[in-house]
Amino acid sequence: MVATAEVIYQRPESFTEVHTHYCPGCTHGVAHRLVAEVIDEMGLREKTIGVAPVGCSVFAYRYFKMDFVEAAHGRAPAMATGIKRVLPDRTVFTYQGDGDLASIGIAEIMHAAGRGENITVIFINNAIYGMTGGQMAPTTLEGMKTTSSPLGRDVKLAGYPIRMAELLSNMDGSAYIVRRSMHNAANVRKSKKAIRLAFEAQERGLGFSLVELLSSCPTNWKLTPQEALDFVGEKMVPVFPLGDYKVHPTLENLKV
Amino acid sequence: MAVTGWIVVDNNYCKGCSLCVEACPQEVLALDMERLTPQGYHPAKMTQDKCTGCGICAVVCPDAAITVYREKPEKVTRR
Repeated sequence: MVATAEVIYQRPESFTEVHTHYCPGCTHGVAHRLVAEVIDEMGLREKTIGVAPVGCSVFAYRYFKMDFVEAAHGRAPAMATGIKRVLPDRTVFTYQGDGDLASIGIAEIMHAAGRGENITVIFINNAIYGMTGGQMAPTTLEGMKTTSSPLGRDVKLAGYPIRMAELLSNMDGSAYIVRRSMHNAANVRKSKKAIRLAFEAQERGLGFSLVELLSSCPTNWKLTPQEALDFVGEKMVPVFPLGDYKVHPTLENLKV
Repeated sequence: MAVTGWIVVDNNYCKGCSLCVEACPQEVLALDMERLTPQGYHPAKMTQDKCTGCGICAVVCPDAAITVYREKPEKVTRR
């Protein structure tokens, strides 16, 4: 028997050689990697334009080896709309966190979905404002302690967490709206498939596509990386149920 | 023949979050407390030779620091 080494997994080509600024165990890195892998698999790197948000992923343009622009806080879908309309043959995606997309940028995302803009949105939901020091976000769970809700989120005072995937699936212009999680290997693989389908939706011109990814924030949740993933699985998934909220009929039987 | 694999951890990227250590089904990974990466973390390393090359460590790695290899047996053609 002669044996040769087979590469099972390696760093995606769409990544630069820069190491990320994310905290150890932050699932932003996983989401970045999944997007890079999907772009590599679909061979879209030369024609993809990413739109970076404001938040922890503000430096996303440093980590992807492709064209990238930086949008004002929450305005990534508006900027992506302009890019896609001027350059309709390009693949345009935005990468946004929950403070960016569900709070200051909720108008932009709702109208982009309502207009059925042919863009892909990767939405990272970690239930907190990570970059600014762990303040309460619109997606913060009831009773969850943050630096601006030290006694836990009081829904009488601060309202209830906003479920973006459900909201956006009611828009007629949306083609593919799903929620996935990244709290273990099986769910990471499902997330990757969802990201692939979202880009397939854009390539087929079906309309607005969004993948909401439940994510962890070990630093601001004050948990270890593994405890933070367990928190996602045990506490966040019941509030933000995983599932397909809207799938365009063209994508239903698509094998990827 | 049992499938054998191995991983290579890039110390420029590894941040010692130990998610791969927790996820490894063969429990062959640990943080190397003897060494520090250029960023100042203890990197992950293999402690035993029981790796099957399943790639779960790489799937959960937030920093794409892990390259997974598997031994690929080639049949010797008989004449």
